[in-house]
Amino acid sequence: MSALPRAAELGLISCRVCSQVCRNVVGDEQLDGDGVADAMACPRCGSPLHRRKTASYSRTWALLIAAFLLYIPANVLPIMRTASLNDVDDNTIISGVVELWVKGSPYLAIIVFLASIVVPMLKFTVLTMLLVSSQRRSGWALTQRAKLYRFVELIGYWSMLDVFVVALLTALVRFNVLSRVEPLPGVIFFGLTVVLTMLASMTFDPRLIWDGKESDD
Amino acid sequence: MTEQVPDPTPPGAEDDAPGSDLPLPVVTRRRRSHASLVWLIPALAALIGLTLVVHAWLQAGPEITISFQSAEGLDAGKTLVKYKNVVIGRVQGIDLSEDRSRVLVKVALEKSAESFATRDTRYWVVRPRIGLGGVSGIDTLLSGSFIAADIGESREEADTFKGLEIPPAVNHGAPGRSFTLHSQDLGSLDIGSPVYFRRIQVGRVVSYALDKNGKGVSLHIFIDGPNDRFVTTASRFWNASGVDVSIGANGLKLNTQSLSTLLAGGVAFQEPPGPHESTPAPEQAAFTLFGDQATAMAPPDGAPHYLRMRFEQSVRGLAVDAPVEFLGINIGKVVSVRLDYDEAKQRFPVEVGAVVYPQRLGDAYEKLEALAKSRGLSTELPSLMGRLIEHGMRAQLRTGNLLTGQLYVALDFVPKAGKVAFDPQAKPLTIPTVPGSFDKLQEQVASIVDKLGKVPFDSIGNNLDHALAGLDTTLKQINAQTLPQFKDTLHGVQKTMDSANDALSGDSPLQQSLGGTLKELQRMARSLRVLSDYLGTHPEALIRGRGADGKPSAPVAAPAPLPRESTTHRSKP
Repeated sequence: MSALPRAAELGLISCRVCSQVCRNVVGDEQLDGDGVADAMACPRCGSPLHRRKTASYSRTWALLIAAFLLYIPANVLPIMRTASLNDVDDNTIISGVVELWVKGSPYLAIIVFLASIVVPMLKFTVLTMLLVSSQRRSGWALTQRAKLYRFVELIGYWSMLDVFVVALLTALVRFNVLSRVEPLPGVIFFGLTVVLTMLASMTFDPRLIWDGKESDD
Repeated sequence: MTEQVPDPTPPGAEDDAPGSDLPLPVVTRRRRSHASLVWLIPALAALIGLTLVVHAWLQAGPEITISFQSAEGLDAGKTLVKYKNVVIGRVQGIDLSEDRSRVLVKVALEKSAESFATRDTRYWVVRPRIGLGGVSGIDTLLSGSFIAADIGESREEADTFKGLEIPPAVNHGAPGRSFTLHSQDLGSLDIGSPVYFRRIQVGRVVSYALDKNGKGVSLHIFIDGPNDRFVTTASRFWNASGVDVSIGANGLKLNTQSLSTLLAGGVAFQEPPGPHESTPAPEQAAFTLFGDQATAMAPPDGAPHYLRMRFEQSVRGLAVDAPVEFLGINIGKVVSVRLDYDEAKQRFPVEVGAVVYPQRLGDAYEKLEALAKSRGLSTELPSLMGRLIEHGMRAQLRTGNLLTGQLYVALDFVPKAGKVAFDPQAKPLTIPTVPGSFDKLQEQVASIVDKLGKVPFDSIGNNLDHALAGLDTTLKQINAQTLPQFKDTLHGVQKTMDSANDALSGDSPLQQSLGGTLKELQRMARSLRVLSDYLGTHPEALIRGRGADGKPSAPVAAPAPLPRESTTHRSKP
């Protein structure tokens, strides 16, 4: 037994909405609640009660894989068409970044690069690492992993920057012949990727990180 | 789905010390499948990805490589490949060839454009071109260059092509026909030079090449349909390049087809005047490209004949290509002017070579031929020429243009031409010459000047001087002697006149006696009239003498009868 008991070990469960603490009734054997047929609800506010988020591993994995699959077309397909008088330019995310850099907006290029390339990649790697380490009940760097998770949660929606850029430009730059910005299919995939990674990080239950801590020395 | 169950107290929940007083959660029993639906999301994502891959794979056509001399205006990933302005592919990458002499352009054709990856498809870069013939590809100034394609007929697949540096003049399968023109030289023509029919552009020069023997140029032209039907077997083509300025014996001549041919040159064609065949010429028919319209339109010249003439005078103003005229009809041109030296006479005669086309004489030539045939004489040109020379035909240099002093060779019949030897066997024929009209004039003027020179103006002057001196002394004599005498005479005349005047004045006795005499004469005339009147009425008085005086009877005149009144009444209408 560990020095600091967990709520589950004490047979307790708290409501996430009204913080009502009640007794845990369903068996302890499956702490992540996988395959549990019974669902508990808060006796006070009626919100569903979970010891851990329902099917956190599989859902997170599924969303993460889906996000990654969509991230490929999001990067390969052009996201934006800039048509001016004498030029039609289709840009993918990375070519857009390169173009910004080349055309003399390095700071903007860095921002877009961070938001569109670094952040999604960071989320993929961090979430995968968290999932793998948690599933293996690793006791390694628990605090840092928890911090990483909070960081990923925080930066997740900044990836939508690119989508907003395209949406704004499309709405603003409409000078028929002179200059025109059109969204291309890539931006849909990119948006889906961002949404799916956000959902994945939401479905991941950070408490699972600590479940790996069998003993507290 | 959900089923409410009464609070089941979990075993061992009560004996746990902490939280035994806590409420139990509401437990609902839910039937749920083990296969989580969440896995549909990655499945869907995978499906989308797969669809994209399959789509791209299905869309992807063949990849070809086109080599160009330069990649100017080409942009990897951007430059399009178009056929009839329809996008059929896109440049994927641009590399240098291994020896760096050419640019290799990788093009991904679309699936629908698979047929463009065949052997005889031609590719070229459409750039804005500002040539002498005009401006082309102006739209690419804004849209950027693109690679244009022209598909051939081959079905043999190929993936490497050599791009054309100059756009082809004719697209494959364009309606129209090609023809071949043979010319002495290219002039200012070039690929793409326009071909005009009645000053409307109907085609262009597609290619040109030297003839195998190097003695001419063959041009291939393409006439667009439906105007190709105007090219008939009788059509004449001429080079309408630039401004045709010629100063000849005919004066200054300036001719041009259109403004653009001024700069870029061009070919024009037309039917010859008069009756001619008008069946459309077959594909690849060959024509001669004449130097100018006049030559092209002239009737066919037939075989050329060479003549030689020896002029014993300056030929200043006679240039090669000067016309040779027979009674004013242009029958040929001068081809050479050479100086010779005659040892015997110690003079420098000029040998003029000319080429003549007897066919240009037209009917006259035919008639001469027929005549010679009927007389059983040779119809060869030398013998015909010989007979003409017998009749006094001579070559003569004449001034065609007084302003420029251009000379031409005139074959004309000279009256009183002396007999000359003519050798019909000589090659080339030598035509006897006479000095030109202008030279003759010069000679005559010279002889007149000579004669004038012989007049003894000096002695004439001296004699005249003497005569004038004699005249002077005579006049002096007249003044001194004759004139005073003349004056005296005039005085005498004056006196005579005065006395005559006195005799004739009104109160002179002569005048008065003359008046009396006249009165007497008047009276006598009256009595004579009375007598004659009396005798008129009484002629018998001549015999019987005058009777007693009766009343003088006035001559009775019978009254004129009254004019008869018109009795005819006018009938009223």
